[in-house]
Amino acid sequence: MRGESVLELEAVTKVYGEEPPVPALRGVSLSVRRGELLAIVGPSGSGKSTLLHVMGTLERPSSGVVRIAGVDAARLSDREVSLLRAREIGFVFQQFFLAEHATVRENVADGLLYAGVPAAERYRRADEALERVGLSERAKFKPTKISGGERQRVAIARALVGQPAVILADEPTGSLDSATGASIMELISELNAAGATIVMITHDAGLSDQLPRQIRLLDGQVVSDIAKGEAP
Amino acid sequence: MRPRGGRLRLDDGLRVASVGLRSRPLRAGLSALGIAIGTAAIVGVLGLSASSQAGLIAEINQLGTNMLTVEAGQSFTGGAANLPLEATARITLLDNVQQATDTALMKDENVYRNSMIPLANTHGIEVRATRLNLLSVLSTGVARGDWLNTGTAAEPVAVLGSAAARQLGIDRVFPDQRIWLGGQWFNVAGILNASPLAPDIDPSALVGYPSAQKYLGYISVGGGEVKVGPPSTIYVRAATGHEAAVQSLLAQTANPEAPYEVNVSQPSDVLTARAAAAGTFNSLFLGLGVVALIVGAVGVANIMIISVLERRSEIGLRRALGATRNQIRTQFLSESILLAVIGGVVGVLAGAAATAVYANAKGWAVVIPVEAWSAGVVSAVLIGAFAGLLPAVRASRMPPSVALRTV
Repeated sequence: MRGESVLELEAVTKVYGEEPPVPALRGVSLSVRRGELLAIVGPSGSGKSTLLHVMGTLERPSSGVVRIAGVDAARLSDREVSLLRAREIGFVFQQFFLAEHATVRENVADGLLYAGVPAAERYRRADEALERVGLSERAKFKPTKISGGERQRVAIARALVGQPAVILADEPTGSLDSATGASIMELISELNAAGATIVMITHDAGLSDQLPRQIRLLDGQVVSDIAKGEAP
Repeated sequence: MRPRGGRLRLDDGLRVASVGLRSRPLRAGLSALGIAIGTAAIVGVLGLSASSQAGLIAEINQLGTNMLTVEAGQSFTGGAANLPLEATARITLLDNVQQATDTALMKDENVYRNSMIPLANTHGIEVRATRLNLLSVLSTGVARGDWLNTGTAAEPVAVLGSAAARQLGIDRVFPDQRIWLGGQWFNVAGILNASPLAPDIDPSALVGYPSAQKYLGYISVGGGEVKVGPPSTIYVRAATGHEAAVQSLLAQTANPEAPYEVNVSQPSDVLTARAAAAGTFNSLFLGLGVVALIVGAVGVANIMIISVLERRSEIGLRRALGATRNQIRTQFLSESILLAVIGGVVGVLAGAAATAVYANAKGWAVVIPVEAWSAGVVSAVLIGAFAGLLPAVRASRMPPSVALRTV
């Protein structure tokens, strides 16, 4: 299975506004293979967030092709693309975005809410996902009662619960102190070692250096795409 | 891609729709309150009018709707007509007539508290001669003292109608309680209860026919002999279900020579009309209820719009988790409807409770018309849908990338 492309971008551009047009992405092409762990790194304003949204089908590109698990996202209706997102893409955000009135377990199970999975199955898989991130004993807690690092683990479990083709993590350590951030990075590496495909977006070159592959982005263009163990 | 999905089950949908309510219960409660007040006002007004109507109808049924009244009308030339002396006796012989009695209004006689009262101060109290079976025909009774008997009916003894007693300032009956009636002293034997079916009894002082003849000289000549009379009003109880048949025969039976000089009526008709009037709701309060509902709807719309702005990141997250635009729209629309329905249900309960308390205090049956509570709940659903439409559409159109951008 390793080597199959789960996420492919071909000459993707994204232009905001009309007068004057602001190009955020200028012809980005990249391919993520199953089981990869890679960082997209760049300073603020380099188009990282736009790239993440386009890869996650939250935004449609102005031109170019986005293929997820072999499906061309541009050809899908809102309903189809939403289902694709529900099943094939997991998101992790810097701000966690957990529902405060719901328990940890419910938050994780909601990762499958829109994927057409029955409730009992959702909770069963939520328990599994919580175990994988080491938070089984926090399942009944509200997100307000746990630490920041634990919250991000909950968010990762939520992204993981649907066993998506790819997990897109947007600055997952951005709101955490360095020790907690390091433990999250460790978790990400573990999950990847267990088979998850993870794309992490960061502005922190120190962080991206730890990962097997890093793509540098500047002014909406890929300036380098280096995998460790490969010649630059 | 696997098929299915893309649609929430009902329980999941309800859970998602109640997210806003559960995370901010105070705010939800306050915005539902406006709708609750409006619905309560409408249900209360409808319930109270229906209950008061039911109360009146119960009263009418207790009095009986089978009473008919025969009165002397106008003669052909426009003068006051008289009923024949034997009219009551003839009516008694009709089929389906259970009881009949009569009274005779003596227009020339007046009643005063005592002989010192100026003659002009009649207080509108009338003097009537009566038969002893009057009370059983009218289904009324004596409030204080005693009704006439064969002995007192021939003596200067009177029984006062409820309004007459009030006008004369007599609220108790004791031996030697006297009134100045027709220029002489009459003893007061008793005071009657109000008689809704024969309201002209209330402001009257009633004396027996023999007494009227002997002391007040109320006589007429019929068939060559002097008799007391004539009667002015005949009260008839018809067998239930035969009121119309009896009514059609009364005029010609009472006065076969001049049936057109006789007025026949069914007094319960008047009470029924009054009950119908009581059943028409108070449009002022109904209007206030509608205004409260509109204000409540504006409140819900306002809260929903704020809520959509506040919950941008939730919307973005749901889109990221795979919610379609449609599902986001449905979520906010359902939330708005849920909010309004909670308000509506609370309002219906409050209106019903208010009706129950008031009707019990008045001794009425508690009636909450089906239309009242169903209209309350249905209008709440419509208000919720209407108020939530714009915010829901806004939420669904928000691009996920914008929704996820936290500032």
